[in-house]
Amino acid sequence: MLDDFMIRATLAGVGVALAAAPLGCFVVWRRMAYFGDATAHAAILGVALSLALSMSVFAGAMVVALLMALTVNLLTGRGYAMDTLLGVLAHSALAFGLVAVSFLSGIRIDLMAYLFGDILAVSRSDLMVIWGGAAVVVALICWRWSSLLTATLNEDLAYACRINPKREQLVLTLALAVTVAVAIKVVGVLLIAALLIIPAAAARPLSRTPEGMALVAAGIGSISAFVGLRAAYYLDTPAGPSIVCVAAVIFAVLSAIGGVRALRVS
Amino acid sequence: MPRMCWEPGRMSLISVENLSIGYGANTVLSHVSLSVNAGEIVTIVGPNGSGKTSLLRAIIGAVQPTKGQVIRNADVRIGYVPQKLHIDPTLPMTVARFLALPRGISSAAIQDALAHAGVPNLATAQMSRLSGGQFQRVLLARALIGKPHLLLLDEATQGLDQPGSAAFYRQIETVRQQTGCAVLMISHELHVVMSASDRVICLNGHVCCEGAPEVVASAPEYRALFGTGTMGALALYRHDHDHDHHHHDCDEHGQTEAAE
Repeated sequence: MLDDFMIRATLAGVGVALAAAPLGCFVVWRRMAYFGDATAHAAILGVALSLALSMSVFAGAMVVALLMALTVNLLTGRGYAMDTLLGVLAHSALAFGLVAVSFLSGIRIDLMAYLFGDILAVSRSDLMVIWGGAAVVVALICWRWSSLLTATLNEDLAYACRINPKREQLVLTLALAVTVAVAIKVVGVLLIAALLIIPAAAARPLSRTPEGMALVAAGIGSISAFVGLRAAYYLDTPAGPSIVCVAAVIFAVLSAIGGVRALRVS
Repeated sequence: MPRMCWEPGRMSLISVENLSIGYGANTVLSHVSLSVNAGEIVTIVGPNGSGKTSLLRAIIGAVQPTKGQVIRNADVRIGYVPQKLHIDPTLPMTVARFLALPRGISSAAIQDALAHAGVPNLATAQMSRLSGGQFQRVLLARALIGKPHLLLLDEATQGLDQPGSAAFYRQIETVRQQTGCAVLMISHELHVVMSASDRVICLNGHVCCEGAPEVVASAPEYRALFGTGTMGALALYRHDHDHDHHHHDCDEHGQTEAAE
């Protein structure tokens, strides 16, 4: 069954969507969209480094993404506004990554594959890495769910419940780095943030509880991966961007329905 | 709710010893000592920037003191009502789910806490749809749900109009009578606070003066900060703590507030 590249690609897409959904909800609730972007952009530097050092791209991207996220955490509240800081770090990391890749003249690499993903080339071992990483992320978030949610609501409320919000922030940072690393193959570094945010945002009008929103987001992400891949196959369009396009259309439709419903209620 | 195991007036639930807090070069609080005994209502008053919120945050463990310590028996359960709670509109949250965070709580306990806070019918409402008064009462219900020995309130009536905040403070007093929990609160509304407190602590970077409301209101340090205008309000609002509370009108106020 796994011999078919479409099946492997679909499984890869769904795997990433399942991990991105609950994490994406936190990214939306905590207004960390830029943070996700910055972490993802930094991953291209990780790709370049791991190719230069002939180590696993997954490991290299994860380490650099993690370092990036930790740096942002460390520098927050030290004189620069968060969005300025992220703008500087994210784009510098991307630029340094692109320059570093150009030095790798000995190895011919397809930069596009890392910027926009290469989901149709997912191998069996890639699939194992993706599902392994996704399982780690989902397990981590399920384990810390209540604490994460309390810390997201209000830091002082968390302290009063003997939860350290800084530790929960670290859990999210870790989950983000793993998700970025496994998603590079699927949508590439430029569109990872879209896969985090769009399904979660689309799920909002349909949800009454945080748990409901995470589940609906997982469903929307999976459908986007499935439909997007098929659309890419029949229309001969790039796979990663097609997945994001389907998610965006679902978001637009659900928001419109939510808007009409809100008008009727009021 | 069951009576608390701490006998009123016998032992202190928490005590703060020689506490100093600073952010960088700024010293916010220096050498503050105080304690709260079981069952008493203690109010902290003080001008803006006097370190009131920092003190409360140090008690819940959100701020590390630069000097001194907060002594809090591990058995003492604390309910905390923060000054401001903004829930992002993208976060869907029913009142019942909010109350059950971070630990699962039975729906009976949720109903019980909502009833104590004066908003019995809100369990299935979305947090984002609540009015200001309802929101504060839900925060109170959340603080009550762990059956605390001590309630900490940081300007819990911010954003409420005067009848609303008066009703809220009467609710606090009712809660104290029903559950026996102690209350440590910060407030700007001097007249309301004076009438509802057993003890008032006047804070301005350090403890200026401390004692029964009448004593503090006539202290020169207090008058220097707040003037003498509050004396009349004190006489007007203060009511006798020894009288029979069975026919108190708290519940009625609670419902009026909730219905708004």
